[in-house]
Amino acid sequence: MIAVLKHELRLYFQSLTAYVFGAFLLAFVGIGAMLYNLQAAVSNFEYVLSFGSMVFVVIVPILTMRTIAEERKQKTDQLLYSLPISTTEVIVGKYLALVLVYMIPLCLICLYPLIFAQYGEVYLLTSYGSLFAFFLVGAALIAVGVFISSLTDNQGFAAGIGIAAILINYFSVSLAEYVSATAFGSAVALFVLSALLGWLLKYLTRNENLGYGIGLGLMALTTVFFLVDDSKFEGLLPDIMKKLSLFDRLETFVSGVFDLTAVVYFLSVIVFFLFASVQSLEKRRYN
Amino acid sequence: MIQVEHLTKYYGSHLAVEDLSFEIESGHVYGFLGPNGAGKSTTMNIITGCLSATSGTVRIDGHDIFEEPNDAKRCIGYLPEHPPLYMSETPMEYLTFVGEAKGLRGTALKAQIEEVIRKTGIGDVSSRRISALSKGYKQRVGIAQALLGNPKVIILDEPTVGLDPIQIIEIRDLIKRLGQTHTVIFSSHILSEVQTICDRILMIAGGKLVAFGEPEELRKQLLTDGEIVLTTDASAAKVKKALSDMAGIEALDITEGENTVAHIKTGSGDMNAVARSISQCFAQNGLAIYELSQKKGSLEDMFLELSEGKETEEDAQ
Repeated sequence: MIAVLKHELRLYFQSLTAYVFGAFLLAFVGIGAMLYNLQAAVSNFEYVLSFGSMVFVVIVPILTMRTIAEERKQKTDQLLYSLPISTTEVIVGKYLALVLVYMIPLCLICLYPLIFAQYGEVYLLTSYGSLFAFFLVGAALIAVGVFISSLTDNQGFAAGIGIAAILINYFSVSLAEYVSATAFGSAVALFVLSALLGWLLKYLTRNENLGYGIGLGLMALTTVFFLVDDSKFEGLLPDIMKKLSLFDRLETFVSGVFDLTAVVYFLSVIVFFLFASVQSLEKRRYN
Repeated sequence: MIQVEHLTKYYGSHLAVEDLSFEIESGHVYGFLGPNGAGKSTTMNIITGCLSATSGTVRIDGHDIFEEPNDAKRCIGYLPEHPPLYMSETPMEYLTFVGEAKGLRGTALKAQIEEVIRKTGIGDVSSRRISALSKGYKQRVGIAQALLGNPKVIILDEPTVGLDPIQIIEIRDLIKRLGQTHTVIFSSHILSEVQTICDRILMIAGGKLVAFGEPEELRKQLLTDGEIVLTTDASAAKVKKALSDMAGIEALDITEGENTVAHIKTGSGDMNAVARSISQCFAQNGLAIYELSQKKGSLEDMFLELSEGKETEEDAQ
């Protein structure tokens, strides 16, 4: 794992990726600090982070697109399979390298509230609480990016899908207002989501019984619940869309609440997508 | 060293390897022969843990590749068909990564890297980017990677494909040298290559093992038909007449040109006896012999015979 971590770090710093990522993140947060803290003279650094999280839509896919896709393209994944290290170690090593690349500009950003504090009163607790959440949102999105990169051998494709996925997540709260809030609409959406989840499981684990079992089971459950009491489905779909949003949970921290459930949610997203990436890589061995 | 038992691999519904069983002993250079698409790479990928098998077991030095992959993989150095190199790195950086992943640290790592660089002769290029190296050097970096960790078995998948003749000779010499200290398995579809380097041959066709053993032994087993080539200045009719009632000749093929050349199939009989009686018979008839040679079956004939045999068998099915 350490070997993979060191190797990945070297690759990121040999290419421009790490620098471009860091520069974009710093520039965007810098612009935010200019607008909010300097021009508008607001002392809340957390607003800057709320604004700055938008940059993840572009920079996370750029950072993560090559991590596994490029290994496949260059056939270096064969080396990883033949080395005496497990797939989990490979994925975790790669992920930690990405998180480290992400933490370097973040460390600089950590200084901003302290600098501002020299010139006025800054809510340091809220600032650093939000920074912590900001870090977790980024880390969770990186895990999503790693997973998307593991699905293809085309970097561009991985980046495109990554941007689309994060964009949908970013706007899911605003979109939630426009989707059907009726009980029937929500039930149909859940039905489709169950089918998709089942298909994804089947695709990743190559275990047809598991995929069909969970997919059909969830579909059956949805139907039964809907028939028994459809009032519960009222407004369920917009609700789910809000709950799934990583960016929306950052807002809770920005408004000054340290939300432990959100922390658990971020960590679950990381673990889930890393697990899915391991399965996706492992699946190549079975094709 | 390596025991492969009842190995079967399906890609979807396509059968790539069928019920393959063999045992590799230490201290030999094994040539893994077969036409393209015979299942060589698939078999090698399974042995090295890069691919799962549909059924069957592979044990390396007692470790099952599917049950204890890390212990088994430590015994193997593998160079896949496409050398798995990171183009933006230098060979030095690349070997450091592979060495660390194989569990080497500190001075042991340094010493090993130096050793494999010396063995593969890539010292001059060890600080240049891999993308700038020639194909022969890339191949050597790939072999150097396989040698790290001093594995007992080195597996090379078509290591000479795409190289120029000088590079091919260099890589062959390298493999020969490696054979003195390691068990080497290398695949190829070039027969002369296998003939010059290997002391054991594994031949596979259509996913099945068709021959396994020492080249000389295999030739004796598989090629019983001998052929004598006779070149003379006598006319075809005279040659035919002289040879017509000779014992031990199964088939005769005479071509007339500047000289008359006769291809004489001796079947399973004693070639030397036939050759002796031919020369005596020609001497008695006052005919001159320019050349009389015995043609033994080559590995090439054996290869064709085996893979063709396999195909006709499949057609029959």
